[in-house]
This record gives sequence, structure tokens and C-alpha cells, in this order.
Amino acid sequence: MNPRRKQRLTWVLILVFGVSVATGLMLYALSQSIDLFYTPSELVEGKGEDKQKPQVGQRMRVGGMVVEGSVKRDPKTLEVSFNITDTGPEITVLYQGILPDLFREGQGIVAQGELVEPTVLKATEVLAKHDEEYMPPELAEKMKGIKHVNPNKSYEDGDL
Amino acid sequence: MWRWLHPYAKPEATYRLVEKLLPWFAALTFISLAVGVIWGLAFAPADYQQGDSYRIIFLHVPAAIFSMGAYAGMAIMGGIALIWQIKTAEWSIPAIAPVGAALTVVALLTGAIWGKPMWGTWWVWDARLTSELILLFLYIGVMALYFAFDDARTGAKAAAILSLVGVINLPIIHYSVEWWNTLHQGATITKFERPSIATSMLIPLLICLAGFLFLTISLVMMRLKNEILRHELGRPWAQQELEKN
Repeated sequence: MNPRRKQRLTWVLILVFGVSVATGLMLYALSQSIDLFYTPSELVEGKGEDKQKPQVGQRMRVGGMVVEGSVKRDPKTLEVSFNITDTGPEITVLYQGILPDLFREGQGIVAQGELVEPTVLKATEVLAKHDEEYMPPELAEKMKGIKHVNPNKSYEDGDL
Repeated sequence: MWRWLHPYAKPEATYRLVEKLLPWFAALTFISLAVGVIWGLAFAPADYQQGDSYRIIFLHVPAAIFSMGAYAGMAIMGGIALIWQIKTAEWSIPAIAPVGAALTVVALLTGAIWGKPMWGTWWVWDARLTSELILLFLYIGVMALYFAFDDARTGAKAAAILSLVGVINLPIIHYSVEWWNTLHQGATITKFERPSIATSMLIPLLICLAGFLFLTISLVMMRLKNEILRHELGRPWAQQELEKN
């Protein structure tokens, strides 16, 4: 390679390296703000190195798995409450409205709303998360024994 | 080692090569997309969780992957254009950018259409969705910069630098679902472990991926041919080429 090309190659590499380092540092500094939601453990134990806890009244998103058997519906209105968890503590979510189709017990969800008590979130929006696994129902039954129970269905059957 | 590449620094040689390869890639595109899309949409089994809604994966995932793949290709061309100052590499930047931008738009739109019934929202500002949106802005920026100068070569240089700077966004898009918690789910096939998708769904998805790869290459080749002709209009070979058609 002739010297001028070599010099230009060096500049290109410096450019890419410099931008990578700058972006890396920026993302590292912002890392907690980029998270879409708090997990229930982060909400209870505090988030990040300084264990910062959200305050009551703060608007926030919390994401976790819907605890099995915790979905309670008001038979007359659209009010619903359920607990979500990740590894330990449970957070209660109160919501009034129509839940997404994928909402099931055992399903990951993200709820946005206001923290009314240290472990109670009054949600204005509930979004369902789905995992990255795709398979036909027969295979799911064989492999996982499907734990997903549709709360709407069990409500119709009179289980709740 | 790279000696075989040297003749393609001459625009006419690249034009001839692309002309020769294009019909093959176009045929491969039609075959693999027809097989993959029909297989995926009509014959693959429904998902245990999402039912038939998951089928949009056969468009969404290939479009998203090659929106990033096209960007990587454009950045490599940008690097070659800066270091070796080869004209065909410069012209491939405006050839690739609109194709990549279109793929990004397809990925964002199919994602929104998928998100509404499954997640319950068209859009959420999580790391994956936002970084993919930034990719679209990068493509638009590269196109705008390329044509922003009176001197075409200055524009090409500026666009090449921006395309190189934007490369940092690619790992961010890919790892966004691992580094931060997002509404978007994790990687299904672009990881080192076994893909977490049943084989009966994976095969049509892989065929669709091949289809989108060939589609991207074919579209870029068509645009590159035009770019080369546009710049070489004064040359006798280009005149002959135009008269031939």
C-alpha cells in the first residue's frame, strides 16, 4: 500500500475507533435511562449503583411476569389487578381498561402508570411482551406443557 | 491477493460485471421470495402464543436484518472510497442508501403492524425501536450529504465519512435487546446458540432471508448500473450502451 493510502486508512480507523469510544462512553453514562422499565426488584431494592428508589407519585414503567393466580377482575367494570414479579418481590398493578390479547398469567408485561404506594402501580397502559421463541402449539405442549392460561377463558368458565 | 479486484476500479468493467450477474440474482430473488413467502404465510404452522399474527416475521426479520446488512455494505464502500478513492465505490453509496432506507422503513412499518395486536401499541421508545429509527435517519443523512455539494466528489467523501461514523449504530441495534430492558424480544436466529424457532418455521424464514439478500443485491446492482451510466455519459462506451437499448 502506498504511503498516502496508508495514511488515509489510519485516519479512517481513527475515526471509527474514536466514534466507537465516544458512543460507548455516552451509552455507558446513559445506560440506566435507556432501560424501558423498572423490574420489580429494582423498584423495591433500588436501581443502579446508588440504589436509587423511585418515589411514590412518580410516573414510571414496570415490567415483569404476571404471577399465576394473581389476576383479579371486577365482574361489573373493566377494573383488573394483578401482581408482577421477576426474581423476588411482587408489585401490584391496578388497571382499568382492555388488556392486550397476549396478556396471560405467566406472561411478561410492561405497565406504565403512577406509583401510588411503594409497591402498587396504578397503570394507564399495559403492554404485553412476548418471548423470542416461536413454535407450533403441539410442540409447545410437548416441550413446555403450556403454562399460559388465558384469564379471560378461566373467568368465563367460572374459575375466578 | 486482491489483484483480481483491480480491473473493477474501471467503471466500465464493473458495469459489465453487474450486467452479467444481475439476471441471475433477479431470478434467485423471484424464486426464493416466492417459495419463502408463500411457504411462510400459507403453509408454516401457527405459533403457540401468537397464532397467525407471528407470520409477519417472514417479512419483518429479513427486512430488518438487511437494513443493517445494506448499511454495513455501504460503510465498507465508504471506507474504500475514502482510502483508495475509487469512483465506483463512491457511486455505490447513492446506489445502496435508498435501498437500505426502504428496507428500514419496511422493518419499522411491519414492526408497528405486528406490535399493535401483540404488544398493544404501535410504537414504544425502547432501545431497539429507537436505534432502528436512527438507522433510517442515518440513511437519509447519507443521501442528503451526498447530494449537498456542487462538487460530486466532495459530496461522496462527506457521505462516506457519515456512513463510517454511523457503523457504530449497527452493534447498538443488534445488542440493544441484551444491554437494556426493552419491549422488543431478544434475538431468535442471529445468535450463536440454536435458533429458538421450530424447524418448520425456521426453514421458510431462512428462504425469506435468502430472498431478501438477493433482492437487496439485485436492487443495488440496478441502481449502480444507472449511477455508472449517469457519470460516464460522456464516454464512448456509455453512449454505445445507451444506443444499444
